[in-house]
Amino acid sequence: MTDTVQSIPASAYDMSHVDEVEERRTLAVIVDNEPGVLGRVVGLFSARGYNIESLTVAEVDRRKHRSRITIVTNGSAHTLLQIEALLLRLVPVANVTDITKSKRGVERELALIKVAGTGDKRVEALRLSEIFRARVIDTTNESFIFELTGVSDKIDQFCALMKPLGLVEVSRTGVLSIKRGAQAG
Amino acid sequence: MDTQTQPEADTETRTMTGAEIVITALKEQGVDVMFGYPGGAVLPIYDALFGEPSIKHVLVRHEQGAGHAAEGYARSTGKAGVALVTSGPGATNMVTPIADAMMDSIPMVVFTGQVPSHLIGTDAFQECDTVGITRCCAKHNYLVMDVNDLARTVHEAFLIATTGRPGPVVIDIPKDVQFATGRYIGKEGVHKRTYKPVTQPQPKAIREAVALMKKARRPVFYTGGGVINSGPEASTALRKLQAATGFPVTSTLMGLGAFPASHPDWLGMLGMHGSYEANNTMHDCDLLICIGARFDDRVTGRLDAFSPGSKKIHVDIDPSSINKVVRVDLPIIADCANTLNAMLDEWGTTAAPDLSDWKTQIEGWKARKCFDYAKSDTEIKPQYAVERLYELTKDRDTYISTEVGQHQMWAAQHYHFEEPNRWMTSGGLGTMGYGLPAAVGIQAAHPNALVIDIAGEASVQMVMQELSTAVQHRLPIKIFILNNEWMGMVRQWQELLHGERYSHSYSESLPDFVKLAEAYGGMGIYCDDPKELDAKILEMIAYDGPVVFDCRVTKAENCLPMIPSGAAHNEMILSEITGDEIDEAGRKLV
Ligand SMILES: Cc1ncc(C[n+]2csc(CCOP(=O)(O)OP(=O)(O)O)c2C)c(N)n1
Ligand SMILES: [Mg+2]
Repeated sequence: MTDTVQSIPASAYDMSHVDEVEERRTLAVIVDNEPGVLGRVVGLFSARGYNIESLTVAEVDRRKHRSRITIVTNGSAHTLLQIEALLLRLVPVANVTDITKSKRGVERELALIKVAGTGDKRVEALRLSEIFRARVIDTTNESFIFELTGVSDKIDQFCALMKPLGLVEVSRTGVLSIKRGAQAG
Repeated sequence: MDTQTQPEADTETRTMTGAEIVITALKEQGVDVMFGYPGGAVLPIYDALFGEPSIKHVLVRHEQGAGHAAEGYARSTGKAGVALVTSGPGATNMVTPIADAMMDSIPMVVFTGQVPSHLIGTDAFQECDTVGITRCCAKHNYLVMDVNDLARTVHEAFLIATTGRPGPVVIDIPKDVQFATGRYIGKEGVHKRTYKPVTQPQPKAIREAVALMKKARRPVFYTGGGVINSGPEASTALRKLQAATGFPVTSTLMGLGAFPASHPDWLGMLGMHGSYEANNTMHDCDLLICIGARFDDRVTGRLDAFSPGSKKIHVDIDPSSINKVVRVDLPIIADCANTLNAMLDEWGTTAAPDLSDWKTQIEGWKARKCFDYAKSDTEIKPQYAVERLYELTKDRDTYISTEVGQHQMWAAQHYHFEEPNRWMTSGGLGTMGYGLPAAVGIQAAHPNALVIDIAGEASVQMVMQELSTAVQHRLPIKIFILNNEWMGMVRQWQELLHGERYSHSYSESLPDFVKLAEAYGGMGIYCDDPKELDAKILEMIAYDGPVVFDCRVTKAENCLPMIPSGAAHNEMILSEITGDEIDEAGRKLV
């Protein structure tokens, strides 16, 4: 048997999806803000072995008790469709929008970055922060806290540059996303 | 609408305790029977139930029994089953039926007591995180912290349990909320704004589907539990559509009865222990119309060889079932009855196509008589026992439940169903111990019917205590045990896959089931002689009370035919399976 180039596995039990290309997706999940709703969403991912790269959640409409959960996940196109369908199966989920798929999504992340150092390193950290348009929101004689907003890559890059300059601690919000244009996502 | 309920003016508003709210809501929902077991955290509800004339409460012997009884009630009536249990161990004992109902899409509403709200999180006596534990195995669940939310929650729970893809819903109620006084609202206008199951098919999809159906030369309907869940209208529509098209029909384990087994175009059940004709039809068809089934691994066999030459239409109310296992050409997300009726309209007066070549081929497969077995004058063959049971009960108002194992498959193969809602079995979860309590629930719903649990001696011992429930409530269920002294299905797999090393699958000691039945206050019948079988079955039927029938059958009979795991539909083995047919990959499967 030459089953090396099989596209479909021999059985449902060995559906590994290894050959399929993984894509990164940002999903906006609008939910009724009721107790346990985040647990349901996260539980769905863990129970089925799906990956969560980043997750943010906050109430966005107080009157309607609506929260927006932004999840960055990855998987094959097939897995991602399955994730969307399963999310919609949860009773408190009102809708799911794939912000990446539309190619019209805007993504931002906010990070607070503590860097400690003196002398040249301190000067260099401050100089780089200006290039990245980071704000200094706290300072002592031997440390800064920078506030930086941007796409995740930019924050990664900034953190990498700060590492040799005395990076102490990073706190990030995770990805937030919204669609361009006049319409709601 | 932003608000969860309509203005109060047109709903009933009264003030009462939380416990009374539960009972009032149940009555408004038309609940006539519920199954339960009391304990500290539900005593206020039990108090409200005291002397309540319109709801019959069936007191079980173990909470798992209440859950499966509620499932049996639900599956045989089409209504939601209701169970009531206490906090902590009461709730955890209920987890298996909840998971079972989830897998088989059975509408069920489970009430669990919870410790008083101010004690939640303190590891109080009999506290457990019921909503946490049941979150992943229920369709939805609630912890009700405010008595004013209680009535709406109960009505919403019934709505969610019974609509869309049905399933179990859990309502956890702290004891203080049961005591508190609050506002009752009626079910009118209660809805859940984020819950909007799609039930109507897209007209375009129906047109495309029927166009495919008109072109097909080797079509097959592959139907499942969704047709049963969709209600009797769905079975009626399926029969009409079949009459109009002449297509052959097969079904999953869960879908048996939607199409009459006596019909010449009936192929029998498909899948691992399905019929040779059903599986070969699936393999060779050019159009597969899946209605309310989900391409379970017990059905598809080897996926890369699953129905390789067919266009596939998949009708399912749950969008997450589409393309989950098998990629289909035309998905239709909708209720089965609506879809079948729409297809029927679209088909119109078109004459049934000429399928004679296809039918001839199918007749050839049928001629193999795949369910035949070696007859015996000295031993009761398990297949023979089911066959005789069928012959002697088919003309009565009969409902069948099963446990899980070989006997379940023999029942599916040799008992034939003409109507939906007559066959109750644990398909998805495969729960040993389902059948006896399910029979209790069925009998509670249909007091005058003949309700038989076709059981295995191992499975039935998991829930034997529910015989006491049947006796107390005068539910004359018949427990027909195909007693092979083995966990037969396990033994079969060990024979085929583990070099005949029968590790812990034999029950060295078994109870004397006749004495056991008598100890519980029922009747026991023993039979090991095929010549006496008919008379004893008739004796069982005639007895007005619970019966345990210890039917001693051939001990090491294998359940055939069988698609060896990892094999394709057309590699089915009809007899004399040795295990060599199963390759390395197949061995690793369950
Ligand atoms: C609760 C539970 N535990 C274990 C199993 C695994 N299992 C499947 S069939 C079976 C044996 C059933 O034996 P019996 O009830 O005697 O039925 P038979 O196969 O002999 O007809 C077992 C242990 C199961 N399905 N459910
Ligand atoms: Mg057995």
